[in-house]
Amino acid sequence: MSETKGIMIVGVGGQGTLLASRILGHVLMRRGYDVKMSEVHGMSQRGGSVVTYVKFGEKVYSPLVDLGEADYILAFERLEAARWLSYLKEGGTLILNDRRINPMPVITGAMEYPSDIVEKISAKGARIISGDALSLAIEAGSAKAVNVVMIGILSVLSDFPENEWQEAIAACVKPKFLELNKKAFSLGREFALKILKS
Amino acid sequence: MKTLLLGNEAVARGLYEAGCRFVSAYPGTPSTEITEAAAKYDELYAEWAPNEKVAAEAAIGASIGGARSFCAMKHVGLNVAADPLFTVSYTGVNGGLVLAVADDQGMHSSQNEQDSRHYAIAAKLPMLEPSDSAECLEFSKLAFDISEEYDTPVMLRTCTRVAHSQSIVELGSRVERELKPYAKAPSKYVMMPGNAKIRHPIVEERMQKLVRFAETSPINRIEMGDTSVGYVTAGICYQYLRECFPSASILKLGMVNPLPIELIRSFSEKVDKLIVVEELDPVIETQIRACGIKVDGGKDIFGYCGELSQNKILKALGMDTPSFADFGEPLPPRPPTLCPGCPHRGLFYTLGKMGVMVSGDIGCYTLGSLPPLSAMDTTVCMGASVSGLHGFNTVRGSESAKKSVAVIGDSTFIHSGITGLIDIVYNKGISTVIILDNSITGMTGHQDNPTTGKTLKGEPAPVVSLEKLCEAVGVRRVRVCDPYALGELRAAVEEELNAAEPSVIIARRPCILLPSAKISPALFVDPEKCKGCRQCMTIGCPAVSFSDKKASIDSTLCVGCELCTQMCKFDAILKKEVE
Ligand SMILES: Cc1ncc(C[n+]2csc(CCOP(=O)(O)OP(=O)(O)O)c2C)c(N)n1
Repeated sequence: MSETKGIMIVGVGGQGTLLASRILGHVLMRRGYDVKMSEVHGMSQRGGSVVTYVKFGEKVYSPLVDLGEADYILAFERLEAARWLSYLKEGGTLILNDRRINPMPVITGAMEYPSDIVEKISAKGARIISGDALSLAIEAGSAKAVNVVMIGILSVLSDFPENEWQEAIAACVKPKFLELNKKAFSLGREFALKILKS
Repeated sequence: MKTLLLGNEAVARGLYEAGCRFVSAYPGTPSTEITEAAAKYDELYAEWAPNEKVAAEAAIGASIGGARSFCAMKHVGLNVAADPLFTVSYTGVNGGLVLAVADDQGMHSSQNEQDSRHYAIAAKLPMLEPSDSAECLEFSKLAFDISEEYDTPVMLRTCTRVAHSQSIVELGSRVERELKPYAKAPSKYVMMPGNAKIRHPIVEERMQKLVRFAETSPINRIEMGDTSVGYVTAGICYQYLRECFPSASILKLGMVNPLPIELIRSFSEKVDKLIVVEELDPVIETQIRACGIKVDGGKDIFGYCGELSQNKILKALGMDTPSFADFGEPLPPRPPTLCPGCPHRGLFYTLGKMGVMVSGDIGCYTLGSLPPLSAMDTTVCMGASVSGLHGFNTVRGSESAKKSVAVIGDSTFIHSGITGLIDIVYNKGISTVIILDNSITGMTGHQDNPTTGKTLKGEPAPVVSLEKLCEAVGVRRVRVCDPYALGELRAAVEEELNAAEPSVIIARRPCILLPSAKISPALFVDPEKCKGCRQCMTIGCPAVSFSDKKASIDSTLCVGCELCTQMCKFDAILKKEVE
């Protein structure tokens, strides 16, 4: 197996996962890595389960992260974290926006939303960093900035310098929203630093 | 300069650098972004055509007119464009002509997973298949050179994982190309039997020349390594394979039609076992076997359905894959849904309530087939709602026509619904057709179309009036309804079903994601008034949920369309007090 790393960004169509991957791709490319990212556009973006794969290393072949291959999973929703858990590498880390969005079978009452997802995932031995990224995004100025809060959390776990992330955000968001996103990024970082200390 | 590009953006960049001047396409996932990205280059003329056949024909005309020309479509779009495809193979080109087709292995956004390589074989056309964005750029440029050198249209095949993956490309600059002179040449461009009989042998000779090209072109390359097994592969499967086996021997085909059989033969002689790795049909494998080359593994181990991946390849070969922890409980699926405030919802609620047979079509509104709306009986291909309903009602009689409707989107109606409507009128049918006019091509991500008043480049355009179009083909009963006004809508559908002649209802309201859509403040449920009857849940709105015997509305999702308000007999759903 080649020495590539895999990150997955999973969530619900419309949650802004594509911006998160774009920022990540920017940082990785600037660092001189070979990068591939696979997204699914179209049908599933209408509120369905969505996933973006990010791969990087000296040389990347497959754009997909496969079962048991993800070093990190950024999950924008709890049920989606459970759904994609099997893609996490042994020893990998799951970063969770601890929020519930009911899928249609739950709304119609055909199925139940699983209980205690975070506890069950931890019980499987996965390292999980869970927080309310939505509230932090709202604190930064917009619920839409959840993606950048999540990137802020991930940035603390990576060993890339903070300014490289800041530059990537500046390159990927509209100037009008830059201040808001910078704030969202800092709030994500502060949150992660606090968690890692305790 | 190096940059990250989607495969589709890289194809567009290739068009730009190759000096292409003309692009026509109809949207279709996963091909759409090629045309959207091409439209951003001022040097390229780019347009949305009403359907793939028109797009292909326009590109053929532009090629005959002397320009490097291009057309893109998804795999099923190629079925629509197949008629010109088979004959432009005979005429050949003037300016280079490239037709891109994006397959959708795994059916992420499609109604089937047909393998478009069969078309290249059947139409006797060369087909290139890139495996990442860098090759998308390189191959689309090369395709134009091949096209002009061999006087042939060239097909470029991608798939979801190439079209929608970003990888690093090196950008080059554009080479401007003069328009080639046009000279009348009926023996080449007028395909009537006498001329076509002369062209067919030329096509066969061309294929032989292309085989010789394939045998020596560097886009078909042998990467020699461990000789115990040799893999023959192409496109995205190459990337999966290389990830599994960094030191294996691989023959990577950049050209999947015609195949370099002698190159494959010599490769097979250098390895102990030969395995063919391809998704969907055994297109490469069957041809290799037919030439008497021994294949030790192919479809027998990889199967015909869906996508491959690095782990699926390892598993099929009986090798270890990484271990992982499963959540271990059945999870509710999360299918895509109609958005909160989607104008399609009210119509499907109404049709479901009425219990009519719904001859369906393809677009966002196909989601009306999912629970709890569950109001669609059939979906085959674009346009089939209208023509299919005509056949259904013709065999089942006029009583059936009183209990059935066709539903079709604005873009789909222009694509291929209008011909079905002509069939109904001309053959004295009495069916009812409902056009869901949300003023955009929604499903594929908001492309303009002939009814929206804007071109692909964002310029104002003449508007095709759906009302006048339907009247012009002979429908006398054409009416427009607001799909938010449920009572009115139901009355209109009932009335038109009972009319003893064809009718068209245009359910008109812009897609809620368009800037022109009206968004109102979120509604809320008064828990005192809510009796927990769940009536508001029957519209299947993602913003409405139910817990502790009461309904509630997610204020971050609700756009205030008031469809749920119309459901509530207890006036429990309220607008925010105006302060
Ligand atoms: C032949 C063919 N071409 C393209 C597509 C991709 N496609 C699916 S639905 C659709 C258009 C939908 O637009 P519209 O009819 O306006 O309905 P909406 O999604 O806006 O509700 C397209 C282009 C397809 N399925 N088949």
